[in-house]
Parts: sequence; structure tokens; C-alpha cells
Amino acid sequence: MEMTYEFSKEDLAEIEKIKAKYPDKKSPVMPVLWLAQEKFGHVEPEVQQLVARTLDLPAAHVYGVVSFYTQYYGKKMGKYVLDVCTTTSCQLCGGYEILHYIEDKLGIKAGETTKDGLFSIQSVECLGACGYAPMMQITNGVYCNHLTKEKVDTIIDGLRAGRMPEFESIPMPQHLDESTNKIG
Amino acid sequence: MAIDWRNYKPLLIPGIPNLHKIEVFEKNGGYEQLKKTLKSLTPEAVVNEVKAANIRGRGGAGFNAGLKWSFMPKPDGGPRYIAANGDESEPGTFKDRKIFEYNPHLFIEGAIIAGFAMHITAVYVYIRGEYKSWIDMMQKAIDDAYAKGYLGKNILGSGFDLDMYVHSGAGAYICGEESSLMESLEGKRGYPRVKPPFPAQKGLWGRPTTINNIETLANVPLVIKNGADWYKSIGAPTHPGPVLYGISGHVNRPGVYEYPTGMSIMELINDVCGGMRGGKKVKAVIPGGSSTPPLRGDQLEGVCMDADSLRTAGSMMGTAGMIVMDEDTDMVDALWRISHFYHHESCGQCTPCRDGTGFLEKTLIKIRDGEGEMRDLDLLLDLCTQMEGRTICALADAAAWPVRYTVTRFREDFEKRVKNTVFALA
Repeated sequence: MEMTYEFSKEDLAEIEKIKAKYPDKKSPVMPVLWLAQEKFGHVEPEVQQLVARTLDLPAAHVYGVVSFYTQYYGKKMGKYVLDVCTTTSCQLCGGYEILHYIEDKLGIKAGETTKDGLFSIQSVECLGACGYAPMMQITNGVYCNHLTKEKVDTIIDGLRAGRMPEFESIPMPQHLDESTNKIG
Repeated sequence: MAIDWRNYKPLLIPGIPNLHKIEVFEKNGGYEQLKKTLKSLTPEAVVNEVKAANIRGRGGAGFNAGLKWSFMPKPDGGPRYIAANGDESEPGTFKDRKIFEYNPHLFIEGAIIAGFAMHITAVYVYIRGEYKSWIDMMQKAIDDAYAKGYLGKNILGSGFDLDMYVHSGAGAYICGEESSLMESLEGKRGYPRVKPPFPAQKGLWGRPTTINNIETLANVPLVIKNGADWYKSIGAPTHPGPVLYGISGHVNRPGVYEYPTGMSIMELINDVCGGMRGGKKVKAVIPGGSSTPPLRGDQLEGVCMDADSLRTAGSMMGTAGMIVMDEDTDMVDALWRISHFYHHESCGQCTPCRDGTGFLEKTLIKIRDGEGEMRDLDLLLDLCTQMEGRTICALADAAAWPVRYTVTRFREDFEKRVKNTVFALA
């Protein structure tokens, strides 16, 4: 059965607000793709065509944008996408060990999705959390820092129960209490 | 040069609880410099003061921000833009997110002052898409600034209008390059533009544009408050001011620290970050993000985090995102991962970069997997020469420098690996 994708009246009102931020009709394509991906969970070709129609742009242009940026899902992904950082600082601090642990735990490799459609794993480039390595991001959202095997277990168990981990605020060490931290 | 860092009080991100809330920011002197600017300064005076302060761009290039501002042409009545660069994708760099989280209004105030100085009509804050949590924080801060009349029409009754929008990236390192960032803002693939024309002449939507790093703009209110001479007295004389050091890798207490420029690298490792994990020796330090040439542990004596000292030592300040590696680090493996990054992130426009980054990675995989030969080391250096300075943007250079300097400075690691190949055993 073919699914048709449509924007709701509220979405279209939101898109008008986005369009007002830019002086031409091509520029809103990235925020509108984000909106579409938030709503549909991916931006497969049918969604790209919806975005193209809505913004009066060639579908080829929208496809070009989707295929350039790694965060747009050009095909359906698992409900939870585990983006494990393996770039330099994470590599040095055990990012690959965490990646391989998650792969073994879920029985899939990076780039694959579990049969039940719950999890996808990706090995990604630097996410800008270098001091809190190893780390991963869940479905373009929350960052999970200072990962250990135990912490990964807790996070994955939580996701299976529908619990997204909370945002962790990590203060600068020099602002920490002086009784525990002499510097600053 | 000795910096009295132990008595240093952070200026960009002071440890004041809830400073990200606009009321708390205002109570601590926030937006006073904007008021002062609008009431008593001319745009030229602001540009001259910032130029004199010599705020060197914190995004990596280290160019004098005020001088960059002075390249903007005279207003012609049409729109003019600032694109604030919060793409922050250089491996080892994680500092601007601290501004978004802990002191977003200092950046907003600095961006409005910069907007006034250059007759700007809109500021686009480009933040990497992965920073969704921080994008939301920034949007909230901007909404609050609008509600208080610091943004929008007729700001504080001055007659000056300015809008500020957040634009989310979607996962592309290259969009931190200023012309690629503009392409991305215009809703296109992030292909860097050929220069000239420079952004000041023809930037966003063909209009005059200045691109500044988030941290750079956050320094502006400090200069307006205390003057260029005060600012120049902080840290290294030729590269002054406070700086956010993002330190990661094999240290005991990694994180973002704010201290003056010109801090000794060994002091940062041993005193600020509590030394090396497990008491190990330093094998290598990448001073300012993965594209800056790594320094050997025995090259670090007396080297400080400022442009001059690092140039003399054979590296660069970059984003001050320092990656520290201990004596057990496999430099072949570490270099392969850096090359994999640049191969993945090359936009594909220019052949030397698109293919060069691939050749570099393939050759390093061959060496890493024990199939390398001595001549592969020369091949790597030759590839670097074929890439450096031969492309539209600096990504090819950023990919080549770590290869060139890791292979030459840690040559014994590479030689050892190619001498113990599977071929030698056969």
C-alpha cells in the first residue's frame, strides 16, 4: 500500500513562518526538510517531492540537499538512531569499543537496522563533545556522554521501554565548587 | 611568558548561576554595552575600537575581527548580513556550545553591536544540526532578546533595526567554511565558492556579508566595556584576549576552560587538566583541532597557545581545541582516523581534494593493516604536495597538514609498521 505524505494546516503555517526568515524561495529548504523529517521520521523521495511542491522548487534540488547532508534520512531508519562518534578524541577514549559493544548487543553492524525496526546504528564523524568521550547522539537529538558498557545497557533498556535519556548539562570544570576543585 | 592564570576570572563564561537567563544576564551588567553603543558611539568608532583590540578570529584563521569588519563597503540602502559561525565541526572543538548553554546573551549582545557597527539588517546564526539541544537554547535566548526590545525594529529607541535568526545545519563539516556556510544558508549543497568576490563584496544572496565565529562576537562587549588597551593587556600581546580552550584526549580532567591566550601547553595539561591519565607521558598534542599539525611530546617545552608561539613550534592555534595523546597511542591508527574524517567530509568539488583525501586514507589503511611499503611514506608526502593550495577552499590543506606532519614527526612509528609488514614475513 502506498502512503501519501501531506503537510497539515499547522505545518503549512509553520512553513510560512520559516519562509519569512529568508529573502528568497530556495533558502527555506533546509528548515523545511527538518520539519518534514521530524514529522515523518525520514525524508524519502516522496517526502522530498512534497517539500519541493510546497516550496515550488525542482525535486532534483531538494534531493541534492538531502544527499549532501548526513543528518537527513533519505531512507527509513530505526525508531532510535544511535550515532556513535568515533572521530579522533572519541577514538582515543574508546569510541570504537563502545560502537562494537552496541553492534554485538543489538546483533547488527553500523549502517544497519534491527529487524524489529527499533534501532539503527551509525558510526559518525565528530559530534563536538570531544571532552566527554566516548559519546553518542540519539536520533539527531540528545547527547549521551562519558559512555561505558553499563551506561549503554541502561540507555538501551530505557529506549526499549520508551524512555529517552535526559539532556546532560556539563559545567566547565573551573566553575565547580572550590572545595572539590582547586582550580578557577 | 608566564600567565597568571590561577587568579584569572572568566569573562566570556563567568561562573554565575543561571546567566543564560536574560534577567540574570541584565542584573550582571548585560546589554549595558549595547545601550552605551547605541547612545554614545558611532559605527566607525566601534569598528576602530574592535580593530585596535585585535580580537583574532576564534574559528581557526585568527584574522583581526575589526579589520574584517572594515572591509564592508559603504551602505547603499540594501540588506547587509552577518553570518555567525557556530558550525563547530573541527574534531577537537566543542567550545561554542558552552556559550550557547551558559552565556548566549553575551554573544547576542556582541552580534548586535557588530550589526550596528556594520549597518547590518539581519544576523543569521548558523549552528550545526547535531547541536539540536543548543539550537533550542539559542532560539529561546533570541526570543527573549526580541521580547525585551534588544532585537527587532527601532532597538531601544535608537532607530536601528536588526533581526536575528537561527539556521540549523544538517551534518556537514564543510559548512564551517565561510562560503560553504553561505551556500548552506541559501538552501544549497555546501559547496565552497571561488574567491574573489569576497563575502564583504558579494556574500549571502549577493549582498555584503561578514562571517564571524560565535566566540569572536562574544568578545565584542568586553572590548566596548573596557577598551582596546585593556583587552590587549590580556594574554599574549600579538594574540590577546580570553579564549575557550577545549581539551580532550588522554588527560585526567578534559573539558572547556576559559583562560587568557598564551597559556603554556604543558601547564594546561599538567595543572589545568590534572595531568595525563595513568601518569603516562605525552606522545603528541594537536593544538587547535585536527587540521593543525601535531607536535611531539618533546617539542612542547615552552610552547604557548598563541599564534606566534605555535607558528615557531611548527603548528597553529586553530580553534584552541587541543587533543592530547599519551605514549601508548598508535600514531598510524590515529592518523588514519583523521584522514578518514577529511575523506568523508570532502565536498567533492575539486579533484585534488575529492580524490586526494581518498588516496591518503587508502594508503594509510594499507600501512595500518600491515601491507604498507617504505615508498608509501613518500607517496603520502607527495600526495600532500599535490593537494595543498590547489583547491577552492582549505579543506584539502586541512587534510594534508596532519598527514605531512604526523608522517614526518612520528616517522619511526610509520617505518616500524612498514618494516613489519606481511610481506616481510613471507
